[in-house]
Amino acid sequence: MLEIRSLSKSFGGVKATDNVSLDFADGSLTAVIGPNGAGKSTFFNLITGALRPDAGQILLNGVDMAGKTPPEIVRHGIGRAFQVASIFPSLTVEETMLAAVCADQRRAGVMHRRFPLAETRDRAEHAMELLGLANKRNRTAATLSHGDQKLLDIALALVLEPEVLLLDEPTAGMGTEERWRMIDKVRELWEKQKITVVFIEHDMDIVFKIAPKIVVLCYGRILATGTPDAIRSNDAVIEAYLGSEDRAGAVA
Amino acid sequence: MTELQAGEGAQVLKVPRIDARAQRYRDVLIALVAFIVLALLPMVFGSKQLLDFVVRCAAYGLFATSLNLLVGYTGMISFGHGMFFGLGAYGFGLMMQKTGVPIPVAFAATLAITFLVAAVIGAICVRLKEIYFAFVTLAFQMLIHSTILSWQSLTGGDQGLRGGIPRPPFLGIDLSRPMHLYIASCALLVIGLLLMRQIAQSPFGYTLRMIRDNPTRASFIGIDVWRAKLVIFVLAALFASTGGMIMALFVSGAYPEFAYWTISGEGIFINMLGGVTTFLGPMVGTALLLLLNDTVTRLTEYHGIVLGIVILFFAIGLRKGLMDFIVEWFVQRREGANG
Repeated sequence: MLEIRSLSKSFGGVKATDNVSLDFADGSLTAVIGPNGAGKSTFFNLITGALRPDAGQILLNGVDMAGKTPPEIVRHGIGRAFQVASIFPSLTVEETMLAAVCADQRRAGVMHRRFPLAETRDRAEHAMELLGLANKRNRTAATLSHGDQKLLDIALALVLEPEVLLLDEPTAGMGTEERWRMIDKVRELWEKQKITVVFIEHDMDIVFKIAPKIVVLCYGRILATGTPDAIRSNDAVIEAYLGSEDRAGAVA
Repeated sequence: MTELQAGEGAQVLKVPRIDARAQRYRDVLIALVAFIVLALLPMVFGSKQLLDFVVRCAAYGLFATSLNLLVGYTGMISFGHGMFFGLGAYGFGLMMQKTGVPIPVAFAATLAITFLVAAVIGAICVRLKEIYFAFVTLAFQMLIHSTILSWQSLTGGDQGLRGGIPRPPFLGIDLSRPMHLYIASCALLVIGLLLMRQIAQSPFGYTLRMIRDNPTRASFIGIDVWRAKLVIFVLAALFASTGGMIMALFVSGAYPEFAYWTISGEGIFINMLGGVTTFLGPMVGTALLLLLNDTVTRLTEYHGIVLGIVILFFAIGLRKGLMDFIVEWFVQRREGANG
């Protein structure tokens, strides 16, 4: 269970995250939406330790993550993927997975043995198969297509077997068809792995179609939370974000 | 199963499954053969010049290869790595001159001192970002150099450690005899390279590669980036220090130039010459630089110009080091042959 309590962060005078409280139940799938500059990425950066909150708590199973470093938070079980695929360009897909498992098993500092370690193979293999990257195992990450790089980024988070997976715009920079393939993959992973998934998404069609729960952020504050139907008919959301024309489109 | 899957993708290279243990045996075998060849060299070629060349290659090679652990593997461009070369030479020389302990003790004690100094300097430097890291390491290099110059009573100032370094025999090894020194240098070189190779190919070596490629991502899969950087900074310093000790034994002294920033510059130069994408690139670069130095200085007094042109050729012409170039050439040829 991930509970956010009164989380706040300001940059200068701008409140990027303003007193946000949210619960993410175990095994839930939640979409975070909001206009540009709504504080979606800041919200993720706070949870994962990339930014230090000014105030508030981030409770994972009751343990506060606020103020911890990214490696500590990852080890507690919150993994993330990035808006721009964040990978290791010179490593192959397989090496990336094997090295990540090494890190997760606290063996990143092992010097007396050779890479890769036998005990990391199964998990690496499993993650590659989950993401459909197994037949590209020997490709260097830099030579992968944009979509595959995004998948590799997610694989990097997933191979650590996190409890909570945060995906910052998994479909960013993709064409319509690729988007749907990616989002189907995300949904499939969520169903198979039974983990808590929170993702940021711009495409309303996608959000309303696949997310059982939606959080709308605006100016760092929560505008609304609820099911797709509740969000679609929420006046504040329509006013501030969807707009009257979009409403027609969204409903249709 | 793996091979079947690998066959599915048309573009997949046919790379055999990475076999960790076989790699280690292969490396040890190569090291053994290299050592035997080096050890037999004097029987074939009696020239003292050649032996001296190999000893200098050992000293600079250990130094340059350890610098590559920072530059090539971790992406930390240190402009002050030479300080540990100087520290090794002075630490060892002083220990032998002042205390008269056996050579192995002085060797271990110098490594211990290097460890401490590198840990302190590293703790200050490794959190800094690229250019700041480069400059602060350079600053520490200058600091150590100035200390050596001004602490005349201990170091002899700009005269260096004079009067020779006593080299009492131990375990039947007499390093004052050129042949013994030669064999010992070769052994240190081979062992040092083998250890560094092991580090580079270990899980920790891959942690370093991840930090080089993308430190932010590395920290988000649970790696303590600054701790890994500190560890490799200290380890690299130990190998550089070993190189300095070989140098001190070779010249039977230590001179401020060993700790001057130009040594660090030469290290970078060697890495550019040989290339940083292969493990042995810096060794090739070392041999190249020493050869160039020896031949060019004999031919002309403007050797700086010649060396400058050579580095320009590698940096602008090839845009990579010699070993990078050769390896790429082989890969391309193999791929061409495979269709």
